[in-house]
Amino acid sequence: MLNRLNLCRIAMLYSVLGLCQSLQAAADPWQLNMHKGVTPLSHDIYDLHMVALAVCTVIGILVFGVMIYSLIHHRKSKGHKAASFHDNVRVEILWTIIPFLILVGLAVPATKVLIRLEDSSESDVTIKVIGHQWKWQYQYLDQGINFYSNLSTPFAQIENQKPKDQWYLLQVDKPLVLPIHKKVRFLVTSNDVIHSWWVPELGVKRDAIPGFMHEAWARIEKPGVYRGQCAELCGINHGFMPIVVEAVTEKAFDAWVAKQTKVQDKYAASVNKPKEQKVMTRKALMEEGKAKYDLICSACHQPNGTGIPPMYPALKASSVAVGYPISRHIGIILDGVPGSAMQPYKEQLSDDEVAAIVTYERNAWGNNTNDIVQPADIAKVRNAEVIKPKMVKKVLSGGLR
Amino acid sequence: MSETLVHGDEHEAHGPEQGKGILGFIKRWLFTTNHKDIGTLYLLIALASFFLAGAMALLIRVELFQPGHRFVDPNLFNQMTTFHGLIMLFGVVMPAFTGLANWQIPMMIGAPDMALPRLNNWSFWILPFAFSLLLSTLFHKGGGPNFGWTMYAPLSTTYAPPSTDFMIFSVHMLGISSIMGSINIIATILNMRAPGMTMMKMPIFVWTWLITAFLLIAIMPVLAGAVTMMLADRHFGTSFFEAAGGGDPILFQHIFWFFGHPEVYVLILPAFGVISEIIPTFSRKPLFGYSFMVYATVSIALMSFIVWVHHMFTTGVPLGAELFFMYTTMLIAVPTGIKVFNWVATMFKGAMTFETPMLFAAAFVFLFTIGGFTGLMLALVPADYQYQDTYFVVGHFHYVLVPGVIFSLLGAVYYWLPKWTGHMYNEALGKWHFWLSAISVNITFFPMHFLGLAGMPRRIPDYALQFTNFNVIISIGAFVFGFSQLLFLVNVIKTIRGGKKATARVWEGAHGLEWTLPSPPPYHSFVTPPKID
Repeated sequence: MLNRLNLCRIAMLYSVLGLCQSLQAAADPWQLNMHKGVTPLSHDIYDLHMVALAVCTVIGILVFGVMIYSLIHHRKSKGHKAASFHDNVRVEILWTIIPFLILVGLAVPATKVLIRLEDSSESDVTIKVIGHQWKWQYQYLDQGINFYSNLSTPFAQIENQKPKDQWYLLQVDKPLVLPIHKKVRFLVTSNDVIHSWWVPELGVKRDAIPGFMHEAWARIEKPGVYRGQCAELCGINHGFMPIVVEAVTEKAFDAWVAKQTKVQDKYAASVNKPKEQKVMTRKALMEEGKAKYDLICSACHQPNGTGIPPMYPALKASSVAVGYPISRHIGIILDGVPGSAMQPYKEQLSDDEVAAIVTYERNAWGNNTNDIVQPADIAKVRNAEVIKPKMVKKVLSGGLR
Repeated sequence: MSETLVHGDEHEAHGPEQGKGILGFIKRWLFTTNHKDIGTLYLLIALASFFLAGAMALLIRVELFQPGHRFVDPNLFNQMTTFHGLIMLFGVVMPAFTGLANWQIPMMIGAPDMALPRLNNWSFWILPFAFSLLLSTLFHKGGGPNFGWTMYAPLSTTYAPPSTDFMIFSVHMLGISSIMGSINIIATILNMRAPGMTMMKMPIFVWTWLITAFLLIAIMPVLAGAVTMMLADRHFGTSFFEAAGGGDPILFQHIFWFFGHPEVYVLILPAFGVISEIIPTFSRKPLFGYSFMVYATVSIALMSFIVWVHHMFTTGVPLGAELFFMYTTMLIAVPTGIKVFNWVATMFKGAMTFETPMLFAAAFVFLFTIGGFTGLMLALVPADYQYQDTYFVVGHFHYVLVPGVIFSLLGAVYYWLPKWTGHMYNEALGKWHFWLSAISVNITFFPMHFLGLAGMPRRIPDYALQFTNFNVIISIGAFVFGFSQLLFLVNVIKTIRGGKKATARVWEGAHGLEWTLPSPPPYHSFVTPPKID
């Protein structure tokens, strides 16, 4: 099951790469202007932007022209004598009314575009976009598909240990796949802090507000891969939660939908048969664990496991990461810590991945517990065979005394 | 007043003796109630903060010089953006203008001192403690505030480091200081004008400060309220900004920007005042449309209270609100345009010379206007969807604040420094400073527009490869700009220590009461009120 998923993922990555090369050979490193984009709205926005730019340029040329003229000619060194006029009500009224009329001229098209922009009715596909620290979750509400989209740039590239890919920081493990020529409605919300879902070429930017949901829409006209980023400061890894939208034909979209695992059945197999989990070697666990840890955990807990206490506790030599029962360690990863940045990873990570991370955390940075945690152990905790450890009340236990 | 008259003559050039040695020196400055002393203190703290917050900006630019993790980890990066913003606003621009107000307003309206000298002392001496508190958070466990100077909840409440409480208290103190300073300025302007100086005869700098002071009194309590609600959410179990408890994270943004937008005009209005003083002097021609300048300032100030939602167009405010705030925001371009047109009309057919203050003023008119144009573009809601939270916005507000506000401050210091110290500054050094700054400021901030349009979000510590070229250029520009400010420092120190004697009038085209006093002016500016015709 999971293998097949991985295969899918790899196949998709290759197809994405192929598309990039054919459709947009490379991003322009000297791009000066706004993206024209691939939706009617982004075209409208681009046109409005160009009109405003032109109006500003013309006003600028006029005002700066007069100013430069007087800077050149009306200087004392050229023997110019100062005039003494200092008031003219007619001129003042003139340069109050003319800018006002220009503004009205700008406001009319802006209003028209805005009204269109806010009309997300009669949509064909509805996607719920949920911001998390620091990844996006996509739910296809009609198709019953639900997945997380993580940054897939290897940590080594960020740390300059390996050459950077063409789409450094703009690539994800699982892109959002959308059909073209369909009105796609986005319902944007957040799970923790405020994020902002922004894909310039779709002309969509919508803040993701925890507890509230806001709409946006797009009708993509051209197949292709469109990239964006979170646009609202959302904590340490704000710069590391990209958005990749893969726009495909309707046929390809249907085929893609058919191939997706639907909500709930991802773990159905493993939930009922925890003993059939595969057994991984220590080396495999440590390798995958390090890769996942660097990608997901290291923002808060730091690459060397020291964390940023007291906000983000250290894992190095911590009672959770070296103490027992190991189920407590696993439980925190699966269920998270309410009211903190530590979110439940139950739905985001597979048993293999959690097993790898736990093994890595228990053996890295001098946490030499020598524990090897297998996917089956994770499944056990996931199935709630273990009673959760009691919450410790810090005040009563003397933590604050 | 009568006391002032009695001992006025004995202390022409120095403050009251407070004892000998270091203790005497400390007491002399700690207890001073003189407007010039306090003005100097304000200006010095602003100068120090300018280099500190500038160094933070350079740290940001070092990290952004190349893609990849280089020198600064993301958490420190976020702390740097937060502190750069907070200190530049509250530690540089606001104290610097308050310093100018302290020095200039009594001299410009023919008063001996500020109306409330002890309040004046207090409002300054709160500042060093507030900033110590703020800066101490950088050394706290868990690091300092890392959620940007806008401190959006819930990133600044549930998800913030413990040191946030120190920042909150520091903001309270800064607010108290600003409110007291503003009360003092209003009281001085309304009560201490020389006989015959009617409101419509006041220098425009005094006018802009009067309006700014009212703005400050109106908005600082709002900011205090916002951060107090943050504090309550963090510790007292309230849910103002927590949807789970019935609150709304957007409420914070509404309150913050109800403070934040007028705050922008708190920063820029005194700058308008300074420019309106400098341009007529060096054009040797009175300010064009004085009364319209005053009306424009008043209307900008009033309108600044009804445009705040333009900072939050992408948060999902309803269509009606978006339209209303788009129209009001566009409308604010009208009075701002009037100002620019009047400055150009003042220069037109003048007899201009280009000493350093005039160079900065002319550059201000150019570059501030560019910031105004991008501001107008940002007002258009649909376009704002692409600009919001990108480097386009960073470029926009840095154009308004650096070649805008900071240039006006630099111009103001060059303009009045000979008056304050009695020495002329080094003109050649001043010109070098200007040209280096003017060129590098554009190299730094203009490419930011391109980056934003191409899709680079703000406040990110690392970026995609396509943004590399312009980031390299920006970083180089930033370093040239940063280091050329050292020329300013050298010039100011040299001028304080000595130099060519300045005349009372200093500038050939200068008009106004401050130029009737000798340079440097006596300790108590106008012991007998001057006559105004």
